[in-house]
Amino acid sequence: MTEALFEFLLRQGDNSLVLGHRVSEWCGVAPALEEDIALANTALDLIGQTRLWLEYAAEVEGKGRSADDLAFLRDAYDFRNMLLVELPNKDFGQTLMRQFLFDAFQVPWLTALKSSSDQRIADIASKSLQEALYHLERSRDTVIALGDGTKESNARMQEALDRLWPYAGEVFRDDEIDIAMAKKHIAPRPSEIRQTWDATLNETFEAAYLTLSEDRFAHSGGRTGQRHTEHLGHMLATMQVLQRSYPGATW
Amino acid sequence: MSKKTDSTENAHNTSGQDEWPLWEIFIRGQHGMSHRHVGSLHAADSEHAIKNARDVYTRRNEGVSIWVVRASDIAASSPSDKGPLFDPSRDKIYRHPTFYDLPDEAGNM
Repeated sequence: MTEALFEFLLRQGDNSLVLGHRVSEWCGVAPALEEDIALANTALDLIGQTRLWLEYAAEVEGKGRSADDLAFLRDAYDFRNMLLVELPNKDFGQTLMRQFLFDAFQVPWLTALKSSSDQRIADIASKSLQEALYHLERSRDTVIALGDGTKESNARMQEALDRLWPYAGEVFRDDEIDIAMAKKHIAPRPSEIRQTWDATLNETFEAAYLTLSEDRFAHSGGRTGQRHTEHLGHMLATMQVLQRSYPGATW
Repeated sequence: MSKKTDSTENAHNTSGQDEWPLWEIFIRGQHGMSHRHVGSLHAADSEHAIKNARDVYTRRNEGVSIWVVRASDIAASSPSDKGPLFDPSRDKIYRHPTFYDLPDEAGNM
């Protein structure tokens, strides 16, 4: 049980850690000053959530590792994030499309986790939900603004959706960890969230003049750590270089 | 490869050719009685301006309410009219209510 809970917590923490790092890559190079600051805020929110999840994960594991150890001293195959969040940012529209697909899941997911039988998880979820609600409002509005923008912005958002779509469904494939969590009422099965997620997507893409593929194919392997994309290792090399080069460095 | 370069250039476009309009931002603070001008920013529309203001000006928990006004909608007095507009009130000290003691119970006036 402890092992399943540890895996579950890593999934939560690694999602926000990897996406948080990706979003932080925009710092200083976003298309407008205002968006730059907004993206940095989002990244910081996600890193803050990561700390809560990974601190708890480290305690549950009970091997004396800290949240920092988990973030900076694990290799790609030890990460449990969904593939969607590790994909490279590409352009601003692609970044916000990915953010939207994630936020649209995260809001109903965290809402459900607020009634977790595990009080610590319920507390982390309530705190994170306030941030996720704002992220969703922002990413949804941007997707609509760019989708319902110019011919070029619409085409590029459609391209973003088509590229990201095969990675978006991974999270809804319940596996033995999800089932173990559901049995203990720690979390719902992710597949139970799909309907709400679909509704948010349909409503948003209709307003954005974007077409959602009927294809339900989804790459998988991120949440189990069995098959990450080649991009995660490169990202971790950048993210972890300081701790790897100067172990235990602090400031 | 050339496609990648294109999107990078677009993503980092700072030429300002298609800049969003300018908005003036007013924030009412935790204990503030009224909205105060805090600065300006660019945004596509008023909703977007409020979101940007939230991210740019309320990161340290400064605000409880945001107003945004399109900068071009503000009519301002002209600096060259400063003399005629403001000088006449300078020597009329009797217009300042400095001769009263304000009781604490009156609160903010």
